Amino acid sequence: MHKLLADSPGKKMLLLGNEAIARGAIEAGVAFATTYPGTPSSEISLNLFRVSHESDLYFEYSTNEKVALEVAAAAANSGLRTFCMMKHVGLNVAADPLMTLAYVGVKGGLVILTADDPSMFSSQNEQDNRYYGKLSGLAILEPSSVEEARQMTAEAFDLSEKLGEPVILRTTTRVNHSSAFVELGKITPRKIKGDFKKDPFNFVTVPAVSRRLHVRLLENWDKAQAMAETSTFNFTDGNGTWGIICNGVSYNYVSDAVKDLGIADKTRILRLGFSHPMPPNLIKAFLNACEKVLVAEEGEPVMEEAVKAFAQEAGLTLPIAGKGERLFSRLYEFDPAMVRRVMAGYFGVPHAPSQPPDLSDVPEIPQRPPNLCAGCSHRATYYAVKKAAEGRETIYPTDIGCYTLGFLPPLAMGDFLICMGSSVSTACGFSKATDKKVIAFIGDSTFFHSGLTGLVNAVYNNHNFTLVILDNGTTAMTGHQPNPGVDMSNLNLSGYGRISIEAVVRAIGVEHVTVIKPYKVNKSIEAVKAALDHKGVSVIISQEMCTLYARSLKKLNVRAFTVTDKCKNHRDCINQIGCPAFFLEGERVQINPNTCVGCAVCAQICPENAITPVKAKKAG
Amino acid sequence: MKTTRLIIVAVGGQGNLLASKVLGQAALLSGVPVRMSEIHGMAQRGGVVESAIVFGDASSTIISDSEADVLVGFEPSETLRAMNKCNAGTTVITNLAPLPPFTVAIGRGTYPDLDQVQDLIKAKTRRLIAFDAVERATAAGNVMSVNIVLLGALIQTGILPIPKENLVEAIRTKTKKAFVDVNLKAFDLGFIAAANA
Repeated sequence: MHKLLADSPGKKMLLLGNEAIARGAIEAGVAFATTYPGTPSSEISLNLFRVSHESDLYFEYSTNEKVALEVAAAAANSGLRTFCMMKHVGLNVAADPLMTLAYVGVKGGLVILTADDPSMFSSQNEQDNRYYGKLSGLAILEPSSVEEARQMTAEAFDLSEKLGEPVILRTTTRVNHSSAFVELGKITPRKIKGDFKKDPFNFVTVPAVSRRLHVRLLENWDKAQAMAETSTFNFTDGNGTWGIICNGVSYNYVSDAVKDLGIADKTRILRLGFSHPMPPNLIKAFLNACEKVLVAEEGEPVMEEAVKAFAQEAGLTLPIAGKGERLFSRLYEFDPAMVRRVMAGYFGVPHAPSQPPDLSDVPEIPQRPPNLCAGCSHRATYYAVKKAAEGRETIYPTDIGCYTLGFLPPLAMGDFLICMGSSVSTACGFSKATDKKVIAFIGDSTFFHSGLTGLVNAVYNNHNFTLVILDNGTTAMTGHQPNPGVDMSNLNLSGYGRISIEAVVRAIGVEHVTVIKPYKVNKSIEAVKAALDHKGVSVIISQEMCTLYARSLKKLNVRAFTVTDKCKNHRDCINQIGCPAFFLEGERVQINPNTCVGCAVCAQICPENAITPVKAKKAG
Repeated sequence: MKTTRLIIVAVGGQGNLLASKVLGQAALLSGVPVRMSEIHGMAQRGGVVESAIVFGDASSTIISDSEADVLVGFEPSETLRAMNKCNAGTTVITNLAPLPPFTVAIGRGTYPDLDQVQDLIKAKTRRLIAFDAVERATAAGNVMSVNIVLLGALIQTGILPIPKENLVEAIRTKTKKAFVDVNLKAFDLGFIAAANA
């Protein structure tokens, strides 16, 4: 049985924040879950996917976040408790349904999780999704700890049903990817079949209906605000006059700093866990009891600006600060020492921080950037494209996935990236705006997520570029989730469709479509050359299963290669493809037999044919 | 309860997440509050993996620069790179078997001299325990047990509020059954290595 299905209330389990969130949803009786995977949210859905194989929970990997939220919206309006998870930028994709779903509301509880990523550990930006609360008018809950993440997720479903609105559960990486011991709660039985009652004058958002629904949304906003005033997620610690208002993980750093600085008798902390709408009375009463206030929040000054406005309404003139010089930054995540330093400075507390060692005499340590795995098929494809494009001036728009790492040397294949699907559409723009040869890269999952519409645009508007679809049969970067092109029988799952990328691309009207096997180096180069010569949109589909995924499916037949003494040290293998299975022993190139998977790409490009399979040991 | 802050740095695939899990379980058995955080995602494609583990009464799950009480490095150049987490009172435990990053192979950097690495760390911290953990893991029967060897050394220092028997029990329950015996041996060899250091 999946550990998150354990029906043992009171038991303590070491859980990752994302597991605690999944558990909270299960305890709330979630019946329907949709997602598009994205770090730092991915383990929530991965756990619910597995739970769905052992229970009557409905779970789907939707093609993108907009689709996921729309599927969820229907389930919730059929009365089912529904959970929709995504990373922060995913909510941009789902923003269209979000904004009007707030007008329509829900019948069954709908919790929309957005996992923000301050410091951008695995994201293209660090936008602060608390603004979506204000933008949509929906309530936001923000847990500070792993334990609270479980509890808050469970209660978010109740809150959603009380308000008749979706609730946004906003986490940050340090909640998602922290672990702690969590006491399990009771599992509410799931209600798995819903019903939809026709009510077009509340569900069909033509202008006349929406004008009325907007009134209701604002009424719900007031209702939510009243609930935030008394919510147990909004609480104060301490009775001092030095006020600190905080949310999420900042609360942890503030609590530790109060202890470390020995100022517990002087401070008064207001932790806002039900953070939108902000509770004005609670905040005004808090301000009234303080002589000065510091707002500790990662990201944008969302609370700070609201608190200052409340102070103005209440005619209070106490100092209120948050972001600024020698205060908190809008950049990156916070850490305990930084919060302690800012608090000590703001409240004038003597403070002797730990002294960092003098590292000026430490030699430069070679960087260890993330890299495409040994034998990764993306490397082979990039090599083939690079060779085929030699002599041309090129622009390489790329996209989001493991293959983004191909922008690093020695491959250096990746010139422009803004968001999921942008490779295809920016290729349209670059090919019109410049005279350079544009070659765009996109993965299979990202192609289904948001590459299709760009490709339709390209064919319709008669653009001129080559799109390389890197089809490795899985959504690799986020942990090998399936996507619409995946053979689900590999996962021992039945009852799924499977969409052929080639058939879709042809159906869209792309005239030049070639499927290549990237480990066949020369054939691949020739195929790419032909695609580059084609005027108009051409598509190369490069098919080879992700080696990590193949290994996990026990489909990887490893046959390691070795460098023989024919090697004349040209080092094309290292300098051109940069596979991490290579290392230098003295001045000689060697292959680590434990890392090499035997893709044989290096063997095909070695000018001396010096790289050969490791000979099988002779019997006896 | 006093707070003890531990940073583990490793290269993706060296098993630091399992090491954290074992420590977490041992903390539970010892009645010690524990919180940890780790970096997932892109960092795991051959990059550096860092875990922060905070024992005792603290709410934070991360550790600021210069605030680690103990630094355990599974790879010597990564131990040196993580020196910003240390202060003059920090105890450092490092494996001495290098895994040179790929950048060295393509001529974009030179791997630091191992004697220099040790001298630098010794000069800047309270204590350095350095030995070849790969050799000990191999002797225990599985080269992949480097993580458990280093846990042995870590427990030997007595810095963590965790008795040896609870860590041993956590190895029994949290590592794969087929490897428990090898891991227990690896733990002992690491413990002895630190005792002799």
